[in-house]
Amino acid sequence: MDFKLTKTQVLQQELFRKFAETEIKPIAKDMDEAEEYDQGLVAKLQKAGFFGIPYSREYGGQGADVLTYTLAMEEVSKVDASTGITLSVHTSLCCSCINEFGSEDQKQEFLRPLVDGSKIGCYGLTEPGAGTDASGVRTEAIKDGDDYIINGTKIFTTNSGFADTFIVFALTDKTLGPRGMSAFVLDRTMPGITVGENIERMGIRAASNCEVAYENVRVPKSRLLGREGQGYKIAMQALAGGRIGIGAQSVGIAQGAIDEAMKYVKERKQFGKTLNKFQNTQFKLAECQTKVDAARLMVWRAATSKDNHENFAPLAAMCKLFGSEVANEVTRICVQLLGGYGYCREYPVERAMRDAKITEIYEGTSEAMKMIISGSMKV
Amino acid sequence: MKIVVCIKQVPDTVEVKIDPKTGTLIRDGVPSIINPDDKTGIEAALQLRDQLGGTVTVVSMGPPQADIALREALAMGCNEAYLVSAREFGGSDTYATSGILAAALKKIGYDLIITGRQAIDGDTAQVGPQIGEKLHVPQVSYVEEVKEATKDYVVVKRQFEDGYHIIKIKTPCLLTAIAELATPRYMSVRGIVEAYEKEIKVLGFEDLKAELELDMIGLKGSPTNVYQSFTKEVKGAGTVLKDLSAEEAVQAIIEKLEAKFII
Repeated sequence: MDFKLTKTQVLQQELFRKFAETEIKPIAKDMDEAEEYDQGLVAKLQKAGFFGIPYSREYGGQGADVLTYTLAMEEVSKVDASTGITLSVHTSLCCSCINEFGSEDQKQEFLRPLVDGSKIGCYGLTEPGAGTDASGVRTEAIKDGDDYIINGTKIFTTNSGFADTFIVFALTDKTLGPRGMSAFVLDRTMPGITVGENIERMGIRAASNCEVAYENVRVPKSRLLGREGQGYKIAMQALAGGRIGIGAQSVGIAQGAIDEAMKYVKERKQFGKTLNKFQNTQFKLAECQTKVDAARLMVWRAATSKDNHENFAPLAAMCKLFGSEVANEVTRICVQLLGGYGYCREYPVERAMRDAKITEIYEGTSEAMKMIISGSMKV
Repeated sequence: MKIVVCIKQVPDTVEVKIDPKTGTLIRDGVPSIINPDDKTGIEAALQLRDQLGGTVTVVSMGPPQADIALREALAMGCNEAYLVSAREFGGSDTYATSGILAAALKKIGYDLIITGRQAIDGDTAQVGPQIGEKLHVPQVSYVEEVKEATKDYVVVKRQFEDGYHIIKIKTPCLLTAIAELATPRYMSVRGIVEAYEKEIKVLGFEDLKAELELDMIGLKGSPTNVYQSFTKEVKGAGTVLKDLSAEEAVQAIIEKLEAKFII
């Protein structure tokens, strides 16, 4: 068992790290304060290939693997969790639906611009009445000749403020509950789509996250992914992979906080010495790093399992469950290590702590993760 | 157009610390990078290729570890890479290095050669111009801008301390790049994937010996030898300016810099 990254992965990691330090870190705080994701940064990320990492070059993707994608997720999330989720929703949720269930034509037409750096995607499943309980979905897609007419509202659609491509899950057969759901690929420009304002949130404030209304949106049948009734399966499969991204985001948030605390405790003096000379500081950081290392290995294991086409879903759920808990605990400890200054917005650890909370909630709550894990154990 | 860029892998001297006992650089554990001026050269070459068509070939003389610098150049978009490496070449000074690189360039072929102005570890700025001389091609160093480029000539802006020259130069020719010439692009994820799928061609002693001055290569063949590097001892305490407001302090600093003709 070799726990080392390959030479290619090491060079990829260097790209992600340099880019994050140079392009993302200097503007992360301002984006958070403005609650707006910098479109210039989106363009730079697209150019460097961040948005299509694990997708095949056959469709215009970057041709790397899921593990490399988790390296990118960790490096960007170290400096800005909002960039992490922007990347993750696009890559793991939107693109994967088309990659795994789209026809050849659909992949060439819809997947290609998403993975070659031309377009940004988002994923509309959650509704005001449907979070963990998918049976609450009310958005409908009614057949009309060769088209479907979509009506409904989705909430918390990340990237919707500026995305070009929208994966929307709607009921083609109300009588079958979630099994009557189908998946469609929509364009922002289709008449009837209204994207609301950025929802005010505790953290990842720079990420775009809005309510989206679909009013009599006419969608040709060429935009149905897979078959009618496959929507729920498509949605769940995408989320299963998404958890690996969120696990990596959690690891990044936590590691970034530790790195900041490491700098601070070597400079800050109290009682005649720098804080790093106190055993409490040393022990707290040791505990934090141990947990982050464990979480990282779980992410890498889930990613490798997916790259090897194994049953990765329980591993992905575990890495998200554990990683998100670690991110919350570690960021809280790092704010404490910085003391009063840790509470000030001038230092990035308070943002890391605010950002960490959502990792226990989105793309499947920690409670939902436990349902998946216990199910896989056949408890 | 066949553009060839010479690059050197160097320790990141920003990261390098000085051993307090010996005053010399501590090289252990220091990350290696593409020399910054050379990276600028790569970017300038890629832009010229986008403009005029053709290929960009990257060449580096160094130990096997220089492989990663070449991979990075490929990942930025260069078409092919050569590593010039042999035990016989080890310990070469600038004269010997330029002789070996000139031999390699003759073998590879070129329409335009770009090198960095100088390396951050040696700081000699000699190798680029020496290569130009050995290949008997016209050269311009300290190139700040390429104003015009065709397959027959280029027009460049050459930087001087107090001004600049605009120079038209026929191809094949050699240019040395300074930081102002271009802002290097990032590698791309796909670029890195493809970089590791390419073969880096190695040019060793047997490949080049026909073109080499055999007694002018390696440590033995080097007319010069750097046998010690050390930091300058800081003499004097300097002047302390106290009790100034921020604006007064800025003004005082500017006056001092102007007095020393630094600005």
